[in-house]
Amino acid sequence: MNEAVLTKITPNRFSGVGLGELWRYRELIYFLAWRDVKIRYKQTAIGIAWAILQPVVTTLIFSVIFSRYANFDTGQVPYAAFALAGLTLWLFVHGSVTMASGSFTGNSNLVTKVWFPRLIVPIAAVIAGLFDLVFSFVVLGAMLGWYATGWHLSMLLVPLFVLMGFVTAASLGILFAALNVRFRDVRFALPFLLQVWMIASPIFYPSSIIGERTRFVFAVNPLVGAIEGLRSAVFGLPFDWAVIGISTLSAAILLAVSLAVFVHLEDDLADMI
Amino acid sequence: MFAITAKELTKRYRLGGVRHNSLRDALAGLIGRAGRGDEMTALDGVSFDVDEGERVGIIGRNGAGKSTLLKVLSRITRPSSGTAEIRGRVGSLLEVGTGFHNELSGRENIFLNGAILGMKRAEIAAKFDEIVAFSEMERFLDTPVKHYSSGMYMRLAFAVAAHLDPEVLIVDEVLAVGDISFQRKCLAKMRSAGESGRTVLFVSHDMSAITRLCERAIWIKDGRIASDGRAEEVVAAYLHEQSETGSERTWANREDAPGNDAAWLRGVRIIDDKHRNISSSDIRKPVGVEMTYEVTTPDKILVPNFHFYNDQGVCLFISHDWYSGWRDRPRPLGTYKSIAWIPGDVLAEGTVFVTVALSTYEPLIVHFVERDAVTFTVTDTLDGNSVRGDYAGVLPGVVRPKLDWETEAVPTA
Repeated sequence: MNEAVLTKITPNRFSGVGLGELWRYRELIYFLAWRDVKIRYKQTAIGIAWAILQPVVTTLIFSVIFSRYANFDTGQVPYAAFALAGLTLWLFVHGSVTMASGSFTGNSNLVTKVWFPRLIVPIAAVIAGLFDLVFSFVVLGAMLGWYATGWHLSMLLVPLFVLMGFVTAASLGILFAALNVRFRDVRFALPFLLQVWMIASPIFYPSSIIGERTRFVFAVNPLVGAIEGLRSAVFGLPFDWAVIGISTLSAAILLAVSLAVFVHLEDDLADMI
Repeated sequence: MFAITAKELTKRYRLGGVRHNSLRDALAGLIGRAGRGDEMTALDGVSFDVDEGERVGIIGRNGAGKSTLLKVLSRITRPSSGTAEIRGRVGSLLEVGTGFHNELSGRENIFLNGAILGMKRAEIAAKFDEIVAFSEMERFLDTPVKHYSSGMYMRLAFAVAAHLDPEVLIVDEVLAVGDISFQRKCLAKMRSAGESGRTVLFVSHDMSAITRLCERAIWIKDGRIASDGRAEEVVAAYLHEQSETGSERTWANREDAPGNDAAWLRGVRIIDDKHRNISSSDIRKPVGVEMTYEVTTPDKILVPNFHFYNDQGVCLFISHDWYSGWRDRPRPLGTYKSIAWIPGDVLAEGTVFVTVALSTYEPLIVHFVERDAVTFTVTDTLDGNSVRGDYAGVLPGVVRPKLDWETEAVPTA
């Protein structure tokens, strides 16, 4: 018998995040994400095409509206490519936070019948979102080829900014998933919040329209650093490391706060659903 | 060496206003408007130890706290106070097929369900063929489970669960599904699990499964341990108490009811001579046992039969319906009612457990047999004209028939 495994059951709250157990159950994260992806496209008529259609259509709309009426200065970068670069991350964050926030209520049959580290549920939902991101990047790649924006060594840094976006999405996904169990208000508040967030992020406009000094305040939004960093990497532009630094710090704080809230709410999950 | 040790486990649920389902309620709670709601104590200071390799049955009525206990031990919910420790890898089956998804194929669900139950991917892959063979579902592996019948679904789900290989297995009433031969297979699998040194904690309403599978039983009543000991004794004590209310049972639908494709049991009840439901009877009065069943395959010879046991498990007698005119007559489809009348002054005082069955004798087929389907109590009022007469003490004997006595003075020559 494996004497190493000793499960202690106590009434104590604040028992920590349980990274060890999360690691032991890492395969379940994969399985749940795989299930989410598989089911999402199994029930749709055009399947995977949705993952491509969404960035393409949104980019088209942005291009028509903003390059005609707003005329943002995006330097040498064609506006469509500029917007799509921001949209890839945004669509991922938007989609995965939305999916993750409903993940406990959507998986209530699991949560009330089997124990596993609860964090797995929202994390798997966010990972499933990465699948769509891959398709967004395919579209982006095609567009870069079309506009011949050139290939840059800095593109190797793209995963870093995807990671920033991932951490941000996972933090909010975890936060809202747990809050949603207790406060069904989340369902109504979240779409509104995401809308505001989208406007507050440099997706269809460049950060340069924000003042030189206020950009540091702007960078408290972790997506600012992630999106600007991603654009610099993709288009070979200079990095604004100060902004990226502030956003990274902000993402880390967001993650810590979300985990703290999650651990606090986790115990009652099965009783509240 | 203990496998499970529980100390003063208590779980309280809040009822009513403190559930904070919306932000507004929570804010109201913060400023003290909502106050403390009523609490429901589901588990109230439960302590016990289970040794390694022991098989323990948990019994009790619905709502007594059995499921809460399993949920606490499975870590699904935390206790309000008290602690527990479990040594070894825990596998808990509070439901069969948790996480099965209708859109996925049988093959995909085996992997998903296995992972949810805590199996490693490599482990599932290694046992995959065995799981498939156990489920007898080879042909449908790549069909989405939404096209499965409920029986097929359960087979596959149980096959995965049965191949979970934990050191401590926690099982909740999962055997209440599936056809009889598959159930037997599952019970055998669980028994072998226990015999291979695995610790099993098993909740069931099927007392015969408890006594067959477990050497020890814990009876939970109102959140507390009412009795803990040898399975047979605890089960007998529990059944005895149950007998207060267990004089009528009905089954609403065929899936849950005892039966096979020939017939299924709709209900059993104990009645008095005016066909009114009773749960206890005066020892001098006749008692009727009535079974209602539906015949779903025509032209079989069907013989209803009742088996009567006392609370010691002694079989008092068995009675078959050879007399009502259906002995050689094939039955048309339809619903039937069969009543056996036990005359007054036959049974002894105490609790009588009635097993209900429907059989065909050539060849022998048991269409259903529901052990201890109903119980009733026989009472003696001691008013002087029952068999006990003027004697008020303990009167032994498993039956108490009123015999004809002849006493006469013999003239002496």
